[in-house]
Order: sequence, then C-alpha cells, then structure tokens
Amino acid sequence: MHRFANPARFLRIARPLTPALFWLGLILTLAACIWGLFFTPTERLMGDTVKIIFVHVPAAWLGMGGWTGIAIASIVQLVWRHPLAGVSARAIAVPGATFAAICLITGSIWGRPTWGTWWVWDGRLTSMLVLFFLYLGYIALSNASSNKGDTSRVAAVFGIIGAINIPIINRSVIWWESQHQKASITLGGSSIDSAYLVPLFVAVAGFSLLFGALVLMRMRAALAEMRIEARMRRMAES
Amino acid sequence: MPHAPFIIASYVIAGVGLTWLVISSYISMRRAEASAAELKDRP
Repeated sequence: MHRFANPARFLRIARPLTPALFWLGLILTLAACIWGLFFTPTERLMGDTVKIIFVHVPAAWLGMGGWTGIAIASIVQLVWRHPLAGVSARAIAVPGATFAAICLITGSIWGRPTWGTWWVWDGRLTSMLVLFFLYLGYIALSNASSNKGDTSRVAAVFGIIGAINIPIINRSVIWWESQHQKASITLGGSSIDSAYLVPLFVAVAGFSLLFGALVLMRMRAALAEMRIEARMRRMAES
Repeated sequence: MPHAPFIIASYVIAGVGLTWLVISSYISMRRAEASAAELKDRP
C-alpha cells in the first residue's frame, strides 16, 4: 500500500483512471435511470414512486460509504502518516455531503406520496441528517487547515469520531420505531424483486464509479494546489 | 395523488447535484493542474 504513497506514482495511475471511471460510471448511471424509469413495473403498494429508489438508495449508500472512507483515510493519516490519506479524506467530503443531501431530499420527496408527510423525526431520517451536518463540519474544519489540499489532525480526529454515526444509521430502523422500511438488502439476501434489484445494482455501480472519478478529480486538484504552494514558497525564499 | 411530479423532481435534483459536482470538480482540477504546470515551466 505504501508503494502508492508517492504522489507522483499516484498521479500516473489517477490520470488515465479518472476519465475511465467517469465515462463508465456515467453510462451505467444513465442506463440504470432509463431502465428504472421506463422499464420497471409499478409496485403494488408504492405505485410508481418506487422508481425513486434508483437515485435514493445509491445516494444513501454513497453518503454513508463516503464517511466510512473519510474515517479509514483519517486513521491511515494519523497512524501511518500516509501523504495521500489526508488529501483523499478531504476529496471525499464534498461529494459525500452532496450524496447525503440528495438522499435526504429524494427521501423527503418519496415520503410525501407514500407516508403522507415530507419529514418525520425518526431514527433513520434524523441520523442521516446528522451525517449531512457532520460532513458540513468536516468540510469547515479541513478548509480551516493552513496547508492547501492537506487535512489537519483535528479534522482527521473528527472524521474518526463521526464514524460512530454510520452503524447508528444502519441499525436505526431496528433499534427504534420508524416510518422508514427495514433493510431490504442485507448480507443474507434481498427481499426486493429482481425486476427492481438488477437495475438498482447497475445504478449503485454507476453512481459509485462516478463517485470514484469525482474523488480522483478533487485529489488531483488538491495535489496540484500543494505543488503550487511549495513552488511559491521556494520562489519566495530564493 | 399523481406520482409523476415526485418522480421527476427526485431525478432532477439528483441530476442537478451530480452535474454541479462533476463541473465544479473538473474545473478546479483543470485550473489547478494548468497553474501548477505553468509555474513549473517558469524559470
């Protein structure tokens, strides 16, 4: 793993990987959305609103997966001082926050016709809202860091502590009474019909690849900013 | 209650969010890499 700690080696891999992830992700996402919108049947209880699942669920998983990535990168940053760990954690924050926001908004829109309300303060919705605010706090903390592109130790600690919320979101529908349905997809299997499950997995794959491309783009921008800052410092000293 | 406006609104919000992310990330990457390359070439 430490072989990839070198930013020059990382950039040699990231440059061709960014467009590959982006275009493959975009094709899969568009295909899944068209499939989900026009070629899936109407659900018996939820009607056509079930089609919102193809944007809501990938956004929820990536919002939670993003913070898991921040926590892992923060541990790597603090324990092994991996030079790219802080950069990657910071690069994940804005896409993660955006996907968490998309999850909250599309969930609210889905709630109105199915539950009869835009919002309820139950465990799942509230813990997801807390995740969105954690992202905002992390972005503010990492932007306050003096080094461009890198992340401060305070932000890294915040990233690790905030990860406590991820299992809370996951278990919230079991621990508390919730309007939100129980988990339909678990490690043991799925209760979703294959007519919805297959396009849902295509959507998750597509959104995940796009997420990866976005993180690479933001890491490349951060590394370039760090190179600029280092060069300016050398020019000022000479 | 018609479901179409809710479905359309969800996809529009996801599309707008994703498009904003892609454009802002791409522009900041290109701008930073171009500035870094320009500084590197400077004597």
